[in-house]
Amino acid sequence: MRQSHRLNNIGLINRDKVITFNFNGKSYQGYEGDTLASALLANGVHLVGRSFKYHRPRGFIGAGVDEPNAKLQVTINGHSEPNINATEIELVDGLSATSQNCWPSVEFDIGAINNFLKRFFPAGFYYKTFMWPKSFWYKVYEPFIRKAAGLGVASLEKDKERYEHKFEYCDLLVTGSGPSGLASAYAAAKNGAKVILAEDKPRYGGTLLTDDVSIDNMSGKDWSEKIISELKTMPNVTLKNRSQVFGYYDHNMMVMFERVGDHLSNKSKYTPRQRLWYIRAKETILSTGSIERPIVFGNNDTPGVVLSSAAKEYMKVYGVLVGRKPIIFTNNDSAYETAFEFKKNNVEPIILDTREEHDSEVVQEAKNKGIQIKFSYGVIVANGYKKVKSAKIGKLTKDKKSLESTETINCDCICVSGFWTPTVHLASQSGNKLKFDEKIDAFIPDKSKQNEKTIGAANGSFTLQETIESAFKTGSELSSKITDKNNENKIPTVTETKYSVHDKFWCMPLPKNGNPKRFVDFQNDVAVSDIEIALREGYRSIEHVKRYTTLGMATDQGRTSNLNGLQMVSNIENKIVPEVGHTTFRPPFTPITIGTIVGREVGMEFMPTRKTPMHDWHEKNNAVFVDAGAWKRPRYYKQGNETLLEASKREAKNVRENVGICDVTTLGKIDIKGPDAAEFLNRVYTNAWLKLPVGKARYGVMLREDGMIMDDGTTTRISENHYHMTTTTAQAANVLSHLEYYLQIVWPELNVNVVSTTEQWAGAAIAGPKSRDMLSKLFPDLDVSNEALPFMGYIESNLFGVPARIFRISFSGELAYEVNVESNYGLFMWEKMMEIGQEFNNQPYGTEALSTLRIEMGHVAGPELDGRTIPQDVSLDGLVSKKKDFIGKNSLGKEAFTLENRQKIVGLVPTDRKSSIPEGSHLVENEKAKLPNPKLGHVSSSCWSVENNNPFSLAIVNDGKNMIGKKLFAVSPLKNTSIEVEIISSHYVDPEGKRVRS
Amino acid sequence: MLHINCPFCGLRAQKEFAYGGDATVKRPEINKEVSKEEWDNFVYMRKSPRGKHIELWHHISGCRQWFKVQRDTATHEIFKTAKMSEEIV
Ligand SMILES: [Zn+2]
Repeated sequence: MRQSHRLNNIGLINRDKVITFNFNGKSYQGYEGDTLASALLANGVHLVGRSFKYHRPRGFIGAGVDEPNAKLQVTINGHSEPNINATEIELVDGLSATSQNCWPSVEFDIGAINNFLKRFFPAGFYYKTFMWPKSFWYKVYEPFIRKAAGLGVASLEKDKERYEHKFEYCDLLVTGSGPSGLASAYAAAKNGAKVILAEDKPRYGGTLLTDDVSIDNMSGKDWSEKIISELKTMPNVTLKNRSQVFGYYDHNMMVMFERVGDHLSNKSKYTPRQRLWYIRAKETILSTGSIERPIVFGNNDTPGVVLSSAAKEYMKVYGVLVGRKPIIFTNNDSAYETAFEFKKNNVEPIILDTREEHDSEVVQEAKNKGIQIKFSYGVIVANGYKKVKSAKIGKLTKDKKSLESTETINCDCICVSGFWTPTVHLASQSGNKLKFDEKIDAFIPDKSKQNEKTIGAANGSFTLQETIESAFKTGSELSSKITDKNNENKIPTVTETKYSVHDKFWCMPLPKNGNPKRFVDFQNDVAVSDIEIALREGYRSIEHVKRYTTLGMATDQGRTSNLNGLQMVSNIENKIVPEVGHTTFRPPFTPITIGTIVGREVGMEFMPTRKTPMHDWHEKNNAVFVDAGAWKRPRYYKQGNETLLEASKREAKNVRENVGICDVTTLGKIDIKGPDAAEFLNRVYTNAWLKLPVGKARYGVMLREDGMIMDDGTTTRISENHYHMTTTTAQAANVLSHLEYYLQIVWPELNVNVVSTTEQWAGAAIAGPKSRDMLSKLFPDLDVSNEALPFMGYIESNLFGVPARIFRISFSGELAYEVNVESNYGLFMWEKMMEIGQEFNNQPYGTEALSTLRIEMGHVAGPELDGRTIPQDVSLDGLVSKKKDFIGKNSLGKEAFTLENRQKIVGLVPTDRKSSIPEGSHLVENEKAKLPNPKLGHVSSSCWSVENNNPFSLAIVNDGKNMIGKKLFAVSPLKNTSIEVEIISSHYVDPEGKRVRS
Repeated sequence: MLHINCPFCGLRAQKEFAYGGDATVKRPEINKEVSKEEWDNFVYMRKSPRGKHIELWHHISGCRQWFKVQRDTATHEIFKTAKMSEEIV
């Protein structure tokens, strides 16, 4: 198929490789090295989408990151993504793209009726119209807006692509490889600095690829290729194309988005699609260049209206003509180069220059080339709906506020140039307050805030000579600060056209008849009239105008619209632009994919998985796992078709009747050593610790300074100055930090050391009336009688040759032990227990049975120790010493903490003895009371009591002490249940605690 | 992301650290009478200055040491870091 607008002998594309692609159901061809935009333009396709609010036909305006319109739904290798900038995505085989924001098609879009109803869609439309009536919002307005204003569709499929994160440190990061970036990176590299040079586009060189200049008697393109090839040989330089530095964060941290595999049609399985770089640079050079801004005129959004620099780039880089009958509409010299390029390719342009009869080097050259120039002229209205067909042009009066005469001329594209806006986003993100430069009427960076230096066009320097000189100097100075080397650079000689002064003109007056829309922000459909309305309605701050009109709030961050919007406000307000100020620039500079942000941290890699040494055994024995922090713990061991409830009942019952073993490796373990260890524990826990003998364990509760319980657990005195502390699985890390805080900051005089030993020990609990018999078989040489190893006793022994620690402690309320061995022997211990336990009907039990056992015993755990309970609340006040001081003690005397009717833990049974009570249910007196129904407490833990064969729960209730015997309702709006419950003691089984001591 | 100079390990990424609040707060001495006001001030009352702030950080994924950082809360500039035994003036 013929590419109707492709030029024959110009461009940097690879004509040997034809690429076939699909756009809106039609097949087209382009070349390797094309972007989707250049390939479509090569086929004469301008109409690519419909605008956001009015659904007006839209085409390409830019050729890169500046493009506000051409956001397409793009599918590559079956993966579909919305809002892809057609000017940035490279053409690959099999690429398929569709227009967004149009229905049923981009050619015929029903939403375009909005355009004819546009008087109903002015600024603030959404605020005003959809505020009333309020009840309409969810049902009527929101669904309507969503359907009509969709910007593409996110794929509902799982993203199969691979994304990566990379962390990098360097001496100098250079963002942008135009003339300033290349020269500064080169100078720094020559000084031996570790340099990263990032270029957003596939080709290095920036404007050197399109500007008619020469450096050291080479073309800009040849010079940039020479520098790049030299940089490539230097080991201290990392060159990254297709890489956009999009965020400048604290302490000179830059984040860069690299498109690694998007342009590869056959990428290997392990090549990531995209990569996110976190770069900590000692120094940063912002060589981000500038973006051409349009001049505002009637229907300036018609397809075929493009930036003059983009038209030139399409010709010089891609060999593509945006039109064959171009108008060049400009207020400055730079657009003349576009006219020259057209002329070179045998296309006859006409130049409309808003300046009065003007003389400069380029004007002379244009005249010499026989190009028609009309001074004091501009385009008033572009004619044509889906494509520019002609233009109404006019001669400006002297004050440029009205028109002297108008006429209509034929054209098929309008290449517009309203001068250049430095790309200051990164500088602004770094904290740099920008300043307004009158000379170029745009903002440039002010004093550096972090270690950043802005050079070249980004700093408002628009001559190559000046840019190259300052770039060599800056690159050399910044690097020699770091490397102490000072390589002499020969500054190259530059030949360039000298530009004359531009016209500070940005918006064409309206014609006498007709009121065409003049767009300022293309992506968000904000026209001059919208800004006028906002100001008329009293919005003054530029930040308010921005939010009311949505000017500059789209994904292009107002790259082409910001300054025109500011000019507009300043004109109407009769203020100068610096007084109006500018809105805040925030990262990301360009949209990036969610996949890159997430990187490899998805699915199982979302966080580390901690497995106990017995994990494989659990897995082989049908354990169903539950996440406990990062740990995987067996929740129950499934037999046959058992449900969770059936299995946990069986396991818990077996503990009450025979014996069971439970993997308790995940409990936090902290080794505490030092002569002051006892004193330290005495301060950390609420109970007394000074007299705990060696070989004994004790249960302890620790508080925060505000009196709330932080954690509980047992601590054992291993030897005179050596303790073994256990914490709950969930709080292990916090408790260690807490202990370190007091030892390092509050009481550094205490001679104590703490270290986590959680991973060093594997633990198994043996619980049930037959546990002693089983223990004696596990340790045949050991006296495990009640006298030799009483409740809370501790013995060291060996398990068939493996050193073991035996603690007689119990969480289940049964006679129970806990055995610890070195982690490596964990599986050995477990298998021995399973083997020897057979004759006692031993069964492994999971966390569900473990919970059942502790709940019916009334033992508190995480759900009760939720950071909002003090010891009295959970009936642990017996453990609070009155004699000694400890962390949080002073808070316990607070009035609210000593109230007679304070909340307290109780037990609950449903009056029907059948209905399970959902955890989290609220307790109320009257289930039918009007809302808000006063809440008297909440259900913290629920189980099926295997001892009594009915549901049982723990709850924290106001005035709990005096509530025993009363009836309340446990209501759960989430589960839609309301259950009548009877309040009883929290100790449902063995309230005297006889079993643990038996 | 901040870049924090641990007095024991050197410059490390913020990811490795946990924030620990105002470093100038002094816990009332243990085993001594303390007035209600003094205790409540210690537990609850914190200044939230805009500007220089001496605060605690904990190198949890490193040497496990608590130390002091003098940071500007508005700009995140870090002026100094010091061991607990050292003063920041
Ligand atoms: Zn450290």
